[in-house]
Amino acid sequence: MPTKRLLSFAIVALAASAALRARPAVPAPPAPQSPQQSEVILSISGEPGARPRYAVPDFIARGGDAETQAAARLMGAVLWDDLAFERELYMVPRDTYRTIPAARSFAEIPFDRWRELGVDGLVMGSVERTAPGTFRVEVRLYDVRTRRSVMAKEYTGTTANPRLYAHTASDDIHLQQRALRGAARSKLTFSSDRDGERVANAIVDRDVKEIYISDYDGANQKRVTVTRKLNIFPRWAPDARAIAYTSYRRDFPDVYISLIYQGTLENPTGGRGQNWLPAWSPDGTRLCFTSTRDGNSELYLMNRDGSNIVRLTNNPAIDTSPTWSPGGTQIAFTSDRSGAPQIYIIDADGLNLNKITSESWCDRPTWSPAPFNEIAYASRTGPGYDIRIYDLATQERRQLTSGQGSNESPAYAPNGRHVAFMSTRTGKKQIFVMGRDGLGLKQITTAGNNYTPDWSK
Amino acid sequence: MASLALGACAPKKPPVARPLPPPPPPTTQEAPPPPPPAPVAERPVVTPLPIAEDPMTSRSVDELNRDSPMRVAYFGYDSAELSAEARAALDANAAILKKYPTWTVTVEGHCDERGTAEYNLALGERRAVAAQSYMVALGIPASRVKIVSYGKEFPFDPGHDDAAWTKNRRAHFVITGK
Repeated sequence: MPTKRLLSFAIVALAASAALRARPAVPAPPAPQSPQQSEVILSISGEPGARPRYAVPDFIARGGDAETQAAARLMGAVLWDDLAFERELYMVPRDTYRTIPAARSFAEIPFDRWRELGVDGLVMGSVERTAPGTFRVEVRLYDVRTRRSVMAKEYTGTTANPRLYAHTASDDIHLQQRALRGAARSKLTFSSDRDGERVANAIVDRDVKEIYISDYDGANQKRVTVTRKLNIFPRWAPDARAIAYTSYRRDFPDVYISLIYQGTLENPTGGRGQNWLPAWSPDGTRLCFTSTRDGNSELYLMNRDGSNIVRLTNNPAIDTSPTWSPGGTQIAFTSDRSGAPQIYIIDADGLNLNKITSESWCDRPTWSPAPFNEIAYASRTGPGYDIRIYDLATQERRQLTSGQGSNESPAYAPNGRHVAFMSTRTGKKQIFVMGRDGLGLKQITTAGNNYTPDWSK
Repeated sequence: MASLALGACAPKKPPVARPLPPPPPPTTQEAPPPPPPAPVAERPVVTPLPIAEDPMTSRSVDELNRDSPMRVAYFGYDSAELSAEARAALDANAAILKKYPTWTVTVEGHCDERGTAEYNLALGERRAVAAQSYMVALGIPASRVKIVSYGKEFPFDPGHDDAAWTKNRRAHFVITGK
């Protein structure tokens, strides 16, 4: 019975703004108004020289059930965090607008009150359970000055993960308002010993390390591998549907690929030699990895299925820890051919070797995505390491961390604006993320030790 | 000890049938002192040997590794060079493998925590290879000495000081078959 009332309520709300339906669900049928052109023009600006000020109150819960109400509160909070993460917008702290009465519909927004708070962009949302296990979520962005909706989206899907609606809305807002690819729907992967399991069939009693994934903000941490062996150095496939990593499931290091949505496993190197540290080419068709099949640690390339193996380096020194350039034409890696481990760049055909660091100890280069053209790496700066970034255009270096614990294994966010890394600053090894300027530090993991993160592309 | 236990077992067995329990216990308690001196001559030495003298052959692989006869070779910082001490440890290990020609081992290369996890996997491999090559040079077939690197994933000493790091830069021999 309540659903019936809810539905009619929703229809009224929908009719009030026909522009809303047009974009996400059906592309072709033109709405009565002119939604397409308005999107380009109506970007919200703040005071001159300042970031636009945004506010995100709790979403409107259309329905009295606890799950919908909880989801409405959660979506507002998560969306605020998502929008704050990119630092493109000034997010007005949520506790400053607790006094503004919660709107019950999009028709009764107290714009005057929001304007008093100096809010430029107001994000309003509503949640409704349309069927068992299904939410319909509307999100609208208002220009508080003109009181007009400059963006309207509608999303329908499962009630299982309310955070995903907020993440999607955040990415849509960043794209529409700032022409920015947000990271809110990206994911992290890392290796962890949090379950305290012991290595199976081991002669020496040892901790296992298994592969985990989480949302970009640390929510929804899930275990991927269940080998009770050592599993390390995970790397997301470019389509974020598979993870390549190094596993000791047969008691020696070999390259495995877990297809996380199918629950299947591939072993492209098939135990031919000992192989580790796989890195995906940007198009996902090839992997670069370290192997000792010819006697010492060298880099090899292979197709994703393990065919067409090509040796990339040939040097009695250690060559390891590869990363691809965004165009797939070059590979940066770690080698100790000049003494201590340093970062080198080589063309994907094995030509044009170039050394780019001369420091105490450098490792784990990670090439940024475009438009940035830089390589992040761990550099020994004292007893531990700090994250440094080498700009390939200017050949300048900058340092993101400053000696709080050891900071290692940097990995770029898909938009290149953030870096995930491992740090011991709080004691154990934990995953953190920060901006590529070193600001906005955020801890992702707390349970057990967590290492060697990678960020989905 | 083993011969004592055997000696104690023999008289103990009849009492299990429960004819006369009291006599045997006292004899087992008093027996230990006499037997060693009595059979000490030269001839009995030959018989106990296969049973008592070499506990290695009777122990399982797990038991052997728990209290391993194999020695650990230690390395310097970011180095896979074998010091005199490391070579001495490997000499001893080679002697054991020659004595027990059916044994196979895996040499685990390990690193201290000061290196990065990624590079250390290759460094540990290099250490394992150094130990393996030395064993092969001493006449142990490479097929009996497998290698694996664990980088810095399994420190022997979880500490964060020189003493711990010294113990963690190592080639650790695990007996995998006998």
